[in-house]
Amino acid sequence: MSNFSLIVLLLALMAIGYQLGMVRSRKVAIVNPQQKMHSRPHHYGMMVGLWAVIPAFFILVLWTLLSPGVINGMVAAQLPAEALAAEGLTADVIMRRISNLATNFGVVAEAAQWELDAAAYMQQLQTSSALLLTGLMAAIAAAGLFFSFKRIQPHLRARHQIERTVKAVLIICSTVAILTTIGIVLSMVGETIKFFSFIPPADFFLGTTWNPRFSTTGVSEGSLTGSQGSFGLLPLLSGTMMIAGIALLVAIPLGLMVAIYLAEYAPANFRATAKPIIEVLAGIPTIVYGFFALVTVGPFLADFGASIGLTIRATSALTAGVVMGIMIVPFISSLSDDIITQVPKALRDASLGLGATKSETIRKVVLPAALPGIVGAVLLAASRAIGETMIVVLAAGNSPTLTANPFEAVSTITVSIVNQLTGDNDFASPQTLVAFALGLTLFVITLLLNIVALVVVRKYREQYE
Amino acid sequence: MTDNKLSSTDKDVAVEPVLLSKTQQQVAASLARRHRQEKLFKGVGLGAVIISLTLVAILFVNIFAKGVPAFWQAHITLDIYFDPEVISISEKPVQGADETDNEFRQRFIEWQTEVGMVNFNRLILDGLNKVIPEAQERQYRRDAARIVTSGERYAVRDMVIENPEIIGQTKTVNLLTDANIDVWLKGNIDRSLPDSQQQLSPKVREWVEMLSAQGIIENRFSFALFINPDSRSSPASAGLAGAFVGSLYMMLVVIFLAVPMGVAAAIYLEEFAPKNKFTDLVEVNINNLAAVPSIVFGLLGASVFIGWFKLPMSAPIVGGLVLSLMTLPTVIIATRSTLKAIPPSIRQAALGLGASKMQAVFHHVLPLAIPGILTGAIIGVAQALGETAPLLLIGMKSFVSQIPAGPFEQSTALPVQIYLWQGNELRNFFEARTSAAIIVLLALMLTLNGLAIWLRKKYEKRW
Repeated sequence: MSNFSLIVLLLALMAIGYQLGMVRSRKVAIVNPQQKMHSRPHHYGMMVGLWAVIPAFFILVLWTLLSPGVINGMVAAQLPAEALAAEGLTADVIMRRISNLATNFGVVAEAAQWELDAAAYMQQLQTSSALLLTGLMAAIAAAGLFFSFKRIQPHLRARHQIERTVKAVLIICSTVAILTTIGIVLSMVGETIKFFSFIPPADFFLGTTWNPRFSTTGVSEGSLTGSQGSFGLLPLLSGTMMIAGIALLVAIPLGLMVAIYLAEYAPANFRATAKPIIEVLAGIPTIVYGFFALVTVGPFLADFGASIGLTIRATSALTAGVVMGIMIVPFISSLSDDIITQVPKALRDASLGLGATKSETIRKVVLPAALPGIVGAVLLAASRAIGETMIVVLAAGNSPTLTANPFEAVSTITVSIVNQLTGDNDFASPQTLVAFALGLTLFVITLLLNIVALVVVRKYREQYE
Repeated sequence: MTDNKLSSTDKDVAVEPVLLSKTQQQVAASLARRHRQEKLFKGVGLGAVIISLTLVAILFVNIFAKGVPAFWQAHITLDIYFDPEVISISEKPVQGADETDNEFRQRFIEWQTEVGMVNFNRLILDGLNKVIPEAQERQYRRDAARIVTSGERYAVRDMVIENPEIIGQTKTVNLLTDANIDVWLKGNIDRSLPDSQQQLSPKVREWVEMLSAQGIIENRFSFALFINPDSRSSPASAGLAGAFVGSLYMMLVVIFLAVPMGVAAAIYLEEFAPKNKFTDLVEVNINNLAAVPSIVFGLLGASVFIGWFKLPMSAPIVGGLVLSLMTLPTVIIATRSTLKAIPPSIRQAALGLGASKMQAVFHHVLPLAIPGILTGAIIGVAQALGETAPLLLIGMKSFVSQIPAGPFEQSTALPVQIYLWQGNELRNFFEARTSAAIIVLLALMLTLNGLAIWLRKKYEKRW
């Protein structure tokens, strides 16, 4: 029986258990009129339902995780030794062939008799495993249902049991975020260490050429070194920083002035219309910005450059940077807006009372007071710009050269990740693994920026709250 | 002494107005400059707002100007004679009484294969010959074959499969023309270019002019864009249906995974969690996760879900899982701020009447928080819908010519389809089609965001 139908059956069982528990608790209440039931009938029902389902569900999960390994082991133990030696294939490949035969998926080339035997054995094991699982789950579910059903008594604290279960589920859900972080770090660190076994870290972090060449998967390690290509991070890092820098040069003045105007000058109804419209920019998918940069902004900048005698490539650091700047304007403006409105009114009143004009108050009093928060917002925006992918994939030109000219095509860390990790994900060549080293670098850079930003913002909050 | 003092005071009084007036003079002199600065500052602020609004407008006008025409496409109306000599197929199988479903399906598939062997192009070309007699001539055969896009023979085939009785009849059929004809008619090929650079041969151009003057070729609403999957061999019939269904599966995964998990985590952290190191760690973690670049989640998906768990490449289930992890912090943060805004008096009232903490939260706090939670969830889903970068890393950028039948099938997603189309070499056709796809995506996202805003407005409560 498939896992899906087992789950459907479990849910049906839960409903039955719920009904049984409710009926039973009502009966118990009638039989013992002098004793007050601890919980409401539906609590008892739910308790019975949970007892019927949860242990059986755990069995299902464990079985699904463990049984393939056990079955493979048993099949492998049955394989004739001479067959293994004769074929010269790895055990892994043989097992894959056998499991393909067992699922009637078919294999390349004629299957040998011993392979067919093993496949038949595997099929037989899988059938009995499924039967065994169904039987075991039925038994455990029945036992859970029966015992919890029997335990219904006036003094049984059914509600407490349910609440404990719910709380456990809540706790498990809140650890998913931690597990995700651990997963990110572990997977990337693991693959990065593998990558550093091909390329020394110094060559990666300090190398000035990025030329990963073709993928050399399947070539033996000895010949690999000859055609290895160079994995220098610096050209990518400089491209990333240049584009992020241009983006910030566009976004900081624009975003900050928007925030100041909307927070300090704009009449309420103007603010109420303009703010959401600008925030629409934040909700537009980055692929749309990429397309906009590629077909509109790039050619426009190239034409503009030509008209004033500059050679600007249509896909260049400038194009990507300008469009990315547009993208992060709402990010900076809404964060700064919040921070500026949080500055206490007393500061403004004091300054105005001394005769300062409104703009002097803003420049000399409000902005210095809001500065830590604004710096935090800018750092967050910078981390977003560094991690942004689709705009640079489409509009930065993908040319990993070490250049200081923003009118040239460049490449970034994110672009290289996308270029290196597509198609077949065979995690064995440095060409693929480098994506994880780049990802880890990116993760560390953005993490540092975020932490600094959070610390700065927190420090600021302590001043006024 | 007194005199002296008085006189000194007098002296002060006499001197001070002069001093004051000097300061006043300074102030008065600088006042004009300061007011100019004030105006300038305010003007710069207003300018920044106007520039930002203009940028929004340019972006939208640009995409719409390019994309809206692509919703209409050149169609050709032909009378097609379903010639029994060309379509020589056996009768459509009907399930016999003594036949199992499986046997019938087998027989039906065999029949479909037989129908698939028929030369439907012949039928289309015969239909074309009726309106362009010239097309029969041997030297124009290749030109004639270029008028109707190649994918349309399947449309004709499906008509036969649907209703075999039309064999022997003549039907008026609307077919998509080749992509280049569409581009040419819309004026997106410079007609002054030399012949070798035109994408259509002179003969085809002549025919197309003639047919569109007769109204046989005309611009109609392109349903193909919405009901077809992507196509490489026949660009004119490439559509968004495959990508849309792929995105739909992923959004379902996000809705059923990220939203309940995120809400549960937020409830625990906001209502139950004790103040300790672990809770702090979870909190810092969630804030950081919200700012991790999306591409990093793609790397996680590639190495964990595909590398370790051996889930299939390019499948919506993997994309959905990756997007769920990415959306989780958004949902948690939104839910927490909603829960935080609900006044403690609600909880205290419930607890005071004897409810347990769990009951207070689930019976009283949560129902009040539902509009806010929904808003957060919708915004999270909209964000996931527009995300492209992580999907590229888990193989979703491969070309898929079918509508995926389940979440484990190969598929692409709407934003990835946009990425694929913008890179298509048939540039002047796909630039418009990409913009049209962007309009569809933006419409979906704006609808979701609009829904979120509407919910917030409708149920917003100030405590």
